[in-house]
Amino acid sequence: MFGLEALDLARIQFAFTISFHIVFPAITIGLASYLAVLEGLWLRTGNTLYRDLYHFWAKIFAVNFGMGVVSGLVMAYQFGTNWSAFSDFAGAVTGPLLAYEVLTAFFLEAGFLGVMLFGWNRVGPGLHFFSTLMVAIGTLISTFWILASNSWMHTPQGHEIIDGRVVPMDWLAVIFNPSFPYRLAHMAVAAFLATAFFVGASAAWHLLRGRDNPALRKMLSMAMWMALLVAPVQAFIGDLHGLNTLEYQPAKIAAMEGHWENRPGEPTPLILFGWPDMEREETRFKLEIPALGSLILTHSLDKQVPALKEFAPEDRPNATVVFWTFRLMVALGLLMILTGVIASWLRWRGRLYQSRPFLHLVLWMGPSGIIAILAGWYTTEIGRQPWVVYGLMRTADAVSSHSATQLGVTLALFVLVYFAVFGVGIGYVLRLVRKGPQLGEGAETGSGGPGQQRTPARPISAADEHLEHEGGDHLGERN
Amino acid sequence: MGIDLSLIWAVIIIFGIMMYVVMDGFDLGIGILFPFVRDAGSRDLMMNTVAPVWDGNETWLVLGGAGLFAAFPLAYSVVLSALYLPIILMLIGLVFRGVAFEFRFKASKTRRHIWDKAFIGGSLLATFTQGVALGAFIHGFPVQGREFAGGPFDWLTPFSLFCGLGLIVAYALLGCTWLIMKTEGELQKRMHDIGIPLVWVVLAVIGIVSIWTPLTHPAIAERWFSLPNLFWFMPVPILVLLCAFALMRSIQRYAHYSPFILTLVLVFLGYSGLGISLWPNIIPPSVSIWDAAAPPQSQGFTLVGALFIIPLILVYTAWSYYVFRGKVRPGEAYH
Repeated sequence: MFGLEALDLARIQFAFTISFHIVFPAITIGLASYLAVLEGLWLRTGNTLYRDLYHFWAKIFAVNFGMGVVSGLVMAYQFGTNWSAFSDFAGAVTGPLLAYEVLTAFFLEAGFLGVMLFGWNRVGPGLHFFSTLMVAIGTLISTFWILASNSWMHTPQGHEIIDGRVVPMDWLAVIFNPSFPYRLAHMAVAAFLATAFFVGASAAWHLLRGRDNPALRKMLSMAMWMALLVAPVQAFIGDLHGLNTLEYQPAKIAAMEGHWENRPGEPTPLILFGWPDMEREETRFKLEIPALGSLILTHSLDKQVPALKEFAPEDRPNATVVFWTFRLMVALGLLMILTGVIASWLRWRGRLYQSRPFLHLVLWMGPSGIIAILAGWYTTEIGRQPWVVYGLMRTADAVSSHSATQLGVTLALFVLVYFAVFGVGIGYVLRLVRKGPQLGEGAETGSGGPGQQRTPARPISAADEHLEHEGGDHLGERN
Repeated sequence: MGIDLSLIWAVIIIFGIMMYVVMDGFDLGIGILFPFVRDAGSRDLMMNTVAPVWDGNETWLVLGGAGLFAAFPLAYSVVLSALYLPIILMLIGLVFRGVAFEFRFKASKTRRHIWDKAFIGGSLLATFTQGVALGAFIHGFPVQGREFAGGPFDWLTPFSLFCGLGLIVAYALLGCTWLIMKTEGELQKRMHDIGIPLVWVVLAVIGIVSIWTPLTHPAIAERWFSLPNLFWFMPVPILVLLCAFALMRSIQRYAHYSPFILTLVLVFLGYSGLGISLWPNIIPPSVSIWDAAAPPQSQGFTLVGALFIIPLILVYTAWSYYVFRGKVRPGEAYH
């Protein structure tokens, strides 16, 4: 089908479904912590602004969480349907880690999520805050398990191969494998940043339309503090993560840098831009800075960085792709830092909420965190190729033996259904955002219960906005 | 270690799937019964009866998948790749239906019918493919080495298609008796009317599957009809008949609760009949739970979490059914 082999189609299918999925958990992780901060500030200061913001973002959190659950259902089965040889080979390690992720998520949903979303008037403020905190911590524990599994696939340890299959020998070693701490920190912070820029862009959208209230200003202000303080931290974590990758997966680093060979006695340059060509074994049209590669990656001026030609052609990841996805991620990260710096300068000059060019920048930066997450994941996952479990199992050996036609048909179905279904879902989230936070909305919430008109019971029912316009747009008149 | 971890995990997974069949069964059944109920008010009511619980019901499916992966990775990989198309279609059906469920309530009156269709279609697709998967599972999968060795359409047999249709009827009966329990007035009467024919059809389906399976699978025939097994297992079909009879009587006398409870018993009996036929194979016809087991380190490690969390989920589930107990009336919106 279209000249693609079954393996390519299986990989595209996995990439497609997980790319769609990852957006929801990332925002869930970020918003859960944001909500915990908002509620903490509300309890501490008694400023109703925080309470109103809490209720506004809790609705978006709920819808987002619901879509994460639905898209996650597919992920729980896809390892078996599409990657059966991998599941059999490595299931003894990745199966339990995935099961713990699922158990954690259910534990969360079973108790604290309900209290958090629907218990505002039914439990005391302390218990409610505790529930929000537990939900925030729970999302991070889920992240912990899923990244332990993923990191093990990058830097496997703590296992033995018995009868051609992985057997875990030391769970602590399996979980705390070498790349795990860096990957976990990098991803959790990425989720925070993606959420911060989503929140900031929501505020900017309203401010640009002349709607102005203290809640919107607070949203923008908090988001920009995050950009200023956390984006540089993320760059630092990313650097550490890169050094870790250099140690354990040098071929990935060589591909990310489009670096083909070292000349004797010369430090490695840094290629800023170019077109890594896998056939010609060179990076064409390159613009490079001498010795900077060595300086960044080895923190020295004489050590060399491993080059792609040191690896057999069948062991090289596709440099054309990861070279660019990596640069996209870094560029977005730098833009985030820049946005944070400009915001501080404007804050100092007292024009944070008025500067239209800046608000436009923040609006355009809205999806930057999500795009950076996807670009980063493409870099690390495509950079792991041709291995599915690094050094242990090749992706080509991991795939189920389905025909290209079969995979093509199911891929087309997934694309159709996902765009239709999650398109509506994302549209609904944006509709909630467009409505904006209402002052005092936290004061009138929490209806329901037996005998009441409306008893919300599921995450998405925490949002009560209609899906489409009914009888014209009232939004413009609200603020 | 003297503990048979594979056995414990098999029990957990069998229990999980049972919970799923029973609980998602009746809410899928609501979607299947939608075409029989035309007016919008009744449809709202039908959805409202399951609105507070349906997504909790689906958690058992995720738990079953993840548990199977952790405890029996071989079964997870062979069965799921053998059932590739039915599973993918089932997931798509569930995704569609889940989102239709949520957004139907938020859609305007004029657009609601689109979500109704998505809900019906998703429910039918998910149920039918589950039945097909079940039929193919009973039939068994050729395994070579540690891989599924059959073709992409091995699951497509007259028997599996029949099971697909059979499961639609079974879920419809679950949905029907659930509605008898949860509603009153016009809708409840409508369900009383279609209840009796549904029981007959379900009984016929159980009968046909019970004859068809041993006829085509000598090992299963041997399991049931050899002595002394025959005496041990004889109560199952007898109880099925008694239960179906009691179920019809209870619908006839317009009982509220007993039809649903008797349907649960009926489903449980059918499920245990299936268990008798297949035990201890997790990849029929020949791979047992012990052959497919993950190493004890993996099963034990995951068991700790499962034994901690699953009771909590059960308590929470029981609690939410308790909170939303009683009849659902028009105008009340549990969403």
